[in-house]
Amino acid sequence: MEAFTTHTGRAVPLRRSNVDTDQIIPAHWLKKVTRDGFEDGLFEAWRRDPEFVLNRPERAGATVLIAGPDFGTGSSREHAVWALQNYGFKAVISSRFADIFRGNSLKNGLLTVILDQAVVERLWEVVEADPGAEVTVDLVERVVRAPGVETSFELDENSRQRLLEGLDDISLTLRHEDEIAAHEAGRPSHKPRTLVP
Amino acid sequence: MGRTLAEKVWDDHVVRRAEGEPDLLYIDLHLLHEVTSPQAFDGLRKSGRRVRRTDLTIATEDHNTPTIDIDKPIADPVSRIQLETLRKNCAEFGVRLHPLGDREQGVVHVVGPQLGLTQPGTTVVCGDSHTSTHGAFGALAFGIGTSQVEHVLATQTLPMAPFRTMAVTVRGELPADVTAKDLILAIIARIGTGGGQGYVIEYRGEAIEKLSMEARMTICNMSIEAGARAGMIAPDETTFAYLRGRDHAPTGADWDAAVEYWRTLRTDDDAVFDHEVVIEAAELAPFVTWGTNPGQGVPLSAAVPDPASFADPSERLAAEKALEYMGLSAGQPLRDIAVDTVFVGSCTNGRIEDLRSAAEVLRGRRVADGVRMLVVPGSVRVALQAVEEGLDKVFTEAGAEWRHAGCSMCLGMNPDQLKPGERSASTSNRNFEGRQGKGGRTHLVSPQVAAATAVTGHLASPADLSDLTSVPTPAGV
Ligand code: SF4
Repeated sequence: MEAFTTHTGRAVPLRRSNVDTDQIIPAHWLKKVTRDGFEDGLFEAWRRDPEFVLNRPERAGATVLIAGPDFGTGSSREHAVWALQNYGFKAVISSRFADIFRGNSLKNGLLTVILDQAVVERLWEVVEADPGAEVTVDLVERVVRAPGVETSFELDENSRQRLLEGLDDISLTLRHEDEIAAHEAGRPSHKPRTLVP
Repeated sequence: MGRTLAEKVWDDHVVRRAEGEPDLLYIDLHLLHEVTSPQAFDGLRKSGRRVRRTDLTIATEDHNTPTIDIDKPIADPVSRIQLETLRKNCAEFGVRLHPLGDREQGVVHVVGPQLGLTQPGTTVVCGDSHTSTHGAFGALAFGIGTSQVEHVLATQTLPMAPFRTMAVTVRGELPADVTAKDLILAIIARIGTGGGQGYVIEYRGEAIEKLSMEARMTICNMSIEAGARAGMIAPDETTFAYLRGRDHAPTGADWDAAVEYWRTLRTDDDAVFDHEVVIEAAELAPFVTWGTNPGQGVPLSAAVPDPASFADPSERLAAEKALEYMGLSAGQPLRDIAVDTVFVGSCTNGRIEDLRSAAEVLRGRRVADGVRMLVVPGSVRVALQAVEEGLDKVFTEAGAEWRHAGCSMCLGMNPDQLKPGERSASTSNRNFEGRQGKGGRTHLVSPQVAAATAVTGHLASPADLSDLTSVPTPAGV
C-alpha cells in the first residue's frame, strides 16, 4: 500500500447523501479481474449528465471528494475504492461512511475523513464559490485545511500509523503466526470443515 | 458484568489482543465467489503465499451465472473470464468449488447454511456484504472487502476493531399476513440506513424466537441495509433442529459437545447493549419501499410520502431525488403503482419457504398480462426441492418463468435485468438506482406481496386478491 502523509488538491463537492457503492461503481464493472481500469465506471450513471459535478471542466483534476452523509453504503465491493483511486481521488470527506467502505478505503490508502456535517457544508460552500480553492488533508497533524476553514479530525492511531508508513496488513499479521497456530491447536473438534478428510 | 451473544462469540475467537491494536480474530469459515476474489488470489500469487486453511474455505459461482441455457457457454465473455478465473484459482490453491451445473451451486449465503457449514458460535466471512445472513445461526458473520479476503486466505484471521452492540427486540406476535421481510423493512425504515453503523444487531423477543431458520436468515440478511456490520439471533431448538443431520453438522460426541456449547450462546441477563430498539409486532403490516434506498419504506396501505414532510434536509433532498428517479409523486397510493416485472429470489428470499409462500398465492391464479415474473431459486438444492413439491409447475402454469439458481436480477450482473424505466417488485434487498439494470426502478417486497403484485399488475398483498373471483383456474387444478 502507498503511504499517505498529507495531500493538497482541488475538490469536488458531491451534494448527495446515501451514495451507495452501486452508484460509485455499477455491478457490470465488477467483472474485471484486476484492481485497475475502473476510472471510467466511477459514478457511471450520473456522469451521463453533462451537468453532473464531476463532468464540469473546472473540476477536472480534482483529488478530494466532499460527499454527503452515509457515503459508501451497500455492497462490500472494494472496486468502489479502486474506482475512486483510479480516477485520481486521494481523500474523501463525509460526515458518515458505511463501515465496510471505510475499512476498504483505509486498507488501500484512500483516506476517508469524517467531519461534522456543518463543516462539510462549509467546505461545500468554499469549493463551490471558488472551484480553484485547494483543500489539504494532513494526516500527520490530523487536520483539514481550506480557505477560511481549519478543522481537526479523528482517526484511530493504529490505522493512522499504518497509513503513514504504508504498512501491509498481511505481513504484520504473519509476525504473529505462532499465536495463530496456538489458537488453531485449541479449536474444538466440532467446528465445521469444508473438506472431508 | 454479563456479556452479549456477539461479545461471547468475539471473545472465543481472539487470537491476539494488544494495547493500541485491533484484536486479531480467528475465522472459522471463509466463503468465496467469483466477483470479489480474483484480485485477492492475485495478491497471494504475487507474494508467494498459499491458502492457510483450505479446509475452512469454500467457493461457489453465483453473481454472474446465467439462469437459462446453463449448459451452453456463457455468452458474456467478461462474465465467462471471471468464472474461469475462479475455477483456475480454486484448482491452483486447493479450494473446494461448486461451479455452475454442480448440485451444490447457488448463492453463497444459501449454500453455507444448507450444507450445515454455518454453525452457532462460529465466525463467518465472505467478500460480500450479505454475509450477515449467517448470523441467523448465532454466528458472527460479516462482509469484507477484497484486501481482507486476501488477508483471510493467507492467515485465516482478520484484525478487527470491536463493534458496538445493539438489541432490536420485537415484542409480541407478528400478525398473520406479516412476514420476516416486512419486519426487517420496517426495522430499517425505523432506524435508517445508517442507524446500525458500527453495531452488531441482535434480534430478540417473542416474534423473533417464533421465526423459522429461513425467516431468521431473511432478517439477518438485511442487517447491512440498516448499516450494521452484522446481525445475530441466539441459537435455540429451532437452530439445532435445522442443523441436525446436515452434511457438515457435527455427529456423535461432537454433536453433543457442540450443542452444549451452543446453549451457552445467549446474551446474559445482566449484559448491557450500547443501544436498544423495541418494535411492537402487532403494529406491523406488509411493507414496501418507494424510494432508492432500503430505508425508504412504508406500509403497503400508505401513500408515497411528501419530501417536504422530512425534517432532516439531507433526507428531504434524498426523497426528492428518489421520487424523480422512481417516477412517482407524493401522495400516490402505493397500491396504485403498476409494475412490469416481478422478481422472486436472492439471498434474502430465495429459499424454499419463500418459494412455497409465493407459489401458495399464485396457485390457481395467473400472472397479469404484460407482467414478467421471474422465479430464481437461491440454490440448486432449493430448485430440486421445489420441483419435488411441484412448485415449478405452479409458477409456470401461472405464467411465471422458472429459472436456474443464482443471484440473477438481484443485481443484474447476468442478462436478467430491467430495462431503463421498467419497474419491478423484487424480493431482493437493494432498491438502489440502477441496481437491477440501468434506469430500472425497484420496489422491495416480501415473496407474498411479490406474488400478489404479479397477479394484479400493481403493488398488492394476498389480502387484495380475495375479491378477484374471476381469476381463471387452469384445467386440472
Ligand atoms: S443474491 Fe443479491 S445480495 Fe445476495 S449475494 Fe447475490 S447479488 Fe448479493
